[in-house]
Amino acid sequence: MPTVSVKRDLLFQALGRNYTDEEFDELCFEFGLELDEITSEKEIISKEQGNEKAEGASDVVLYKIDVPANRYDLLCLEGLVRGLKVFKERIKPPVYKRVMPNGEIQKLIITEETAKIRPFAVAAVLRNIKFTKDRYDSFIELQEKLHQNICRKRALVAIGTHDLDTLSGPFTYTAKRPSDIKFKPLNKTKEYTACELMNIYKTDNHLKHYLHIIENKPLYPVIYDSNGVILSMPPIINGNHSKITVNTKNVFIECTGTDFTKAKIVLDVIVTMFSEYCENQFTVEAAEVVFPNGKSYTFPELAYRKEIVRADLINKKVGIRETPENIAKLLTRMYLKSEVIGDGNQIEIEIPPTRADVIHACDIVEDAAIAYGYNNIQMMLPKTYTIANQFPLNKLTELLRHDMAAAGFTEALTFALCSQEDIADKLGLDISATKAVHISNPKTAEFQVARTTLLPGLLKTIAANRKMPLPLKLFEISDIVVKDSSRDVGARNYRHLCAVYYNKNPGFEIIHGLLDRIMQLLNVPPGEKKGGYVIKASEGPAFFPGRCAEIFARGQSIGKLGVLHPDVITKFELTMPCSSLEINIEPFL
Amino acid sequence: MADGPVAEVLLRQLEAADGGLDSAELAAKLGVDHQVVVGAVKSLQALGEVIEAELRSTKRWELTAEGEEIAQEGSHEARVFHSIPQEGLAQSELMRLPSGKVGFSKAMSNKWIRVDKSAADGPRVFRVVDTVDDEVQRRLQLVQGGQAEKLGEKERSELKKRKLLTEVTLKTYWVSKGNAFSTSISKQETELSPEMISSGSWRDRPFKPYNFLAHGVLPDGGHLHPLLKVRTQFRQIFLEMGFTEMPTDNFIESSFWNFDALFQPQQHPARDQHDTFFLRDPAEALQLPMDYVHRVKRTHSHGGYGSQGYKYTWKLEEARKNLLRTHTTSASARALYRLAQKKPFAPAKYFSIDRVFRNETLDATHLAEFHQIEGVVADHGLTLGHLMGVLREFFTKLGITQLRFKPAYNPYTEPSMEVFSYHQGLKKWVEVGNSGLFRPEMLLPMGLPENVSVIAWGLSLERPTMIKYGINNIRELVGHKVNLQMVYDSPLCRLDAEPGPPRTQGAA
Repeated sequence: MPTVSVKRDLLFQALGRNYTDEEFDELCFEFGLELDEITSEKEIISKEQGNEKAEGASDVVLYKIDVPANRYDLLCLEGLVRGLKVFKERIKPPVYKRVMPNGEIQKLIITEETAKIRPFAVAAVLRNIKFTKDRYDSFIELQEKLHQNICRKRALVAIGTHDLDTLSGPFTYTAKRPSDIKFKPLNKTKEYTACELMNIYKTDNHLKHYLHIIENKPLYPVIYDSNGVILSMPPIINGNHSKITVNTKNVFIECTGTDFTKAKIVLDVIVTMFSEYCENQFTVEAAEVVFPNGKSYTFPELAYRKEIVRADLINKKVGIRETPENIAKLLTRMYLKSEVIGDGNQIEIEIPPTRADVIHACDIVEDAAIAYGYNNIQMMLPKTYTIANQFPLNKLTELLRHDMAAAGFTEALTFALCSQEDIADKLGLDISATKAVHISNPKTAEFQVARTTLLPGLLKTIAANRKMPLPLKLFEISDIVVKDSSRDVGARNYRHLCAVYYNKNPGFEIIHGLLDRIMQLLNVPPGEKKGGYVIKASEGPAFFPGRCAEIFARGQSIGKLGVLHPDVITKFELTMPCSSLEINIEPFL
Repeated sequence: MADGPVAEVLLRQLEAADGGLDSAELAAKLGVDHQVVVGAVKSLQALGEVIEAELRSTKRWELTAEGEEIAQEGSHEARVFHSIPQEGLAQSELMRLPSGKVGFSKAMSNKWIRVDKSAADGPRVFRVVDTVDDEVQRRLQLVQGGQAEKLGEKERSELKKRKLLTEVTLKTYWVSKGNAFSTSISKQETELSPEMISSGSWRDRPFKPYNFLAHGVLPDGGHLHPLLKVRTQFRQIFLEMGFTEMPTDNFIESSFWNFDALFQPQQHPARDQHDTFFLRDPAEALQLPMDYVHRVKRTHSHGGYGSQGYKYTWKLEEARKNLLRTHTTSASARALYRLAQKKPFAPAKYFSIDRVFRNETLDATHLAEFHQIEGVVADHGLTLGHLMGVLREFFTKLGITQLRFKPAYNPYTEPSMEVFSYHQGLKKWVEVGNSGLFRPEMLLPMGLPENVSVIAWGLSLERPTMIKYGINNIRELVGHKVNLQMVYDSPLCRLDAEPGPPRTQGAA
């Protein structure tokens, strides 16, 4: 969930009233926001870097507000204020207009070289905008928030904003060899080639995260103006030449990306938010983008879409009984201008360009419910009559674990993920013999594979509890995972039961007795007759030679029991003899 | 032992005594050391309520060794006086007597004797009076006879100054009859034996009392893990509410079931390598229900079922990628898909509690794997009000009654609501679960009828367990670093009962 940080006083000034922290927290809760933290720049620095560093930092109160991940229109002070004021019916939702310029339209021409790396671009102009320090900061911060969220860290979309008065169109969006791109990037004093820049930014804490997007590509995306001035090398950096400042009057915005829909949304969000500060409020100057196929489009789209939803559908989904007129009012408060039409039961809802999150009637239903107030909805029980059933494997597991405890064994709960070493080397096995599934992106060795046996987890549990009085008697009934090409995903779980006995003597007879008890519980008689169980001398790398037996029940091998090999005991950092038992319980369903 | 002669005498004396007796007095009476009587008192006390003994401390005057001597032999001055014959005694000779030096000066100041310094062979001492009254000896004899109180304060302190008297503190017992007083005492039995039962001798035998303040011996049985005890209770709650358990025994899931089927777009951050464990082997799902896959693909990329869709290029390779499921909602999706294939539609209530996996940064409250609890109801015409009603019943069974709901965003539910409950200890509202109605873009491609709504909610098993058992570090609860003592000591899980204080002892 993105967190937006706004100055409290600025926020209240824009909202036109003051709130206590509690009142504002309540308002957020009702609207689906969360007042996460009340802090200041000074407090943040002091927390992160110590009191000394915080000296002199601003102690203006900051509200950190958690915003739902799909509400890009609430990612800046301007949007939050507009949303809350409309919600509180203090203002009517503004209407955003795309206007044609008095002179020639700004043109961005996309060449076909971009196709393989970053094929889409959109653009717009904010004409006669008036920045202040706070507005400018918010403008930059919004781009950063969009980059981190909908833009997926610039992979899907990257935003460039430029001082239009320093440039001259038409602009060309193309892709070139890195060595052929040379310019003075933002906040640098000399020119570098793209190759040099990629090296320089490897140590830049902010930019290094974006390099991978184009790093290994033969051509890098780049935007020029008609004089060959580089506006930006998306998605990495803008040129210094067209840098915007507090004094910039006309802003050229370009968004390039791999996802056309998201590029259009991002552009819409930026221009709807900041056209508030244009001389003609909420108007945006159009720009033309010519695609390699010669087709030309005008942006921003600023599309208003109409949906018609029946009032009774909304009532039925929420569980309320409101008149269509009231529902239209509720929706209007959520920035969805609505009116009752047709037979008087239909509501026509206008979805503005700021509400890209509304893609289905269910999104409209939710907004009606929020405006109605979730906590005003009457709770009721569904009349759904059903007979409950347990999942048979879990039912058996539940029954067995109680009797395992009654037999004197204590239940462990160990991780399903572990290292290769745990399930292979430490048990004297080769990893290829385990049929284990392997994780491709583990952050540490603890998460290399899913366990193929419960034994390592229990032995590690003993190792972590060596101070406890002996004997230690542990068990676990849980799932292991192995590859299985007969399953749709190529792997499956098995429900295993594992028990260990750890003491000054190996206690094979105790583990053997436990097996006899388990078989008694499962109503499996001893003996080789059909349906019975028997153990037969066997061997395994994890067991002491001559002290291992394979368990056969109902005609199939279900596991092994025995005295663990001293090498296994040592590898798990244990010192005492230990016997164990591990079986698959699924044949007993 | 209690059957010593002194104890028996004590009991006989006590029987005759009016009210009680003092141990020191008894010792004096019997002519035995006081400690012998104290021993008898203590052993009788151990028998239970035969006697009552109250410890008293009294101050008492005793003669010093010199005082004893004087009580017997007379004071030094008296002894000096008596040693002087009628014709007097040379002073030098007198000084050689044992009491000479002290006695001479005292006898002089008492004016019992005089010194004639003009005698021919040196100073000579003569009696002045015929008889003397040895007051010091008399007083000391009084103290010796236990009548120190007959002396005045001044007299006692004078004797004390002369180191003839000393004040001692005596701890004595005031012994009186107990509820089970008897003069006949016998050796106590420690335990009831089969012989006593068969012979009936238990009727006549006294038994050594138990010390009920001591700890008992804990039983030797095994113990269930606290988290799984809580799991059992949650299963019970769902079963009580008529919910059927979904199969969740498949940790490995395809991205399709884990994300795509839930209408979670392929660029969603949760599908990032940083958040999800993907598999290297087997890297891809072998089979997907292709008809359904096409409907899902169309809904993501072009919309449909009343949706605009996400308008991006949906890729099958992405959906095939295997992973460790990040939520049990993948199992719910499979269950709902199965439900959708059954015609006609039958309402269903499902639940599951099982492990899920996140490639997250680990800390005191986050592990790479945890248990998710999920409840699902599918029926015609379910509303947000129904969801809230079910949640109220569910949380009431957990002992949580104060609930409120906050609008939220989940990729696969709309409307969505976070569930908050008022935490009495923290004095604030805390999130206890997440819920919503599954999106039509998820349900309709499965083939569920259009007017069927599916309400669902989820929470983690670890969080309520940590609160319940007062555990701050999740590693103490889950995984091999578990504190077994905590497992041994953990109480029953009664979710609707008031939480008691944490009980874990020892095992620091």
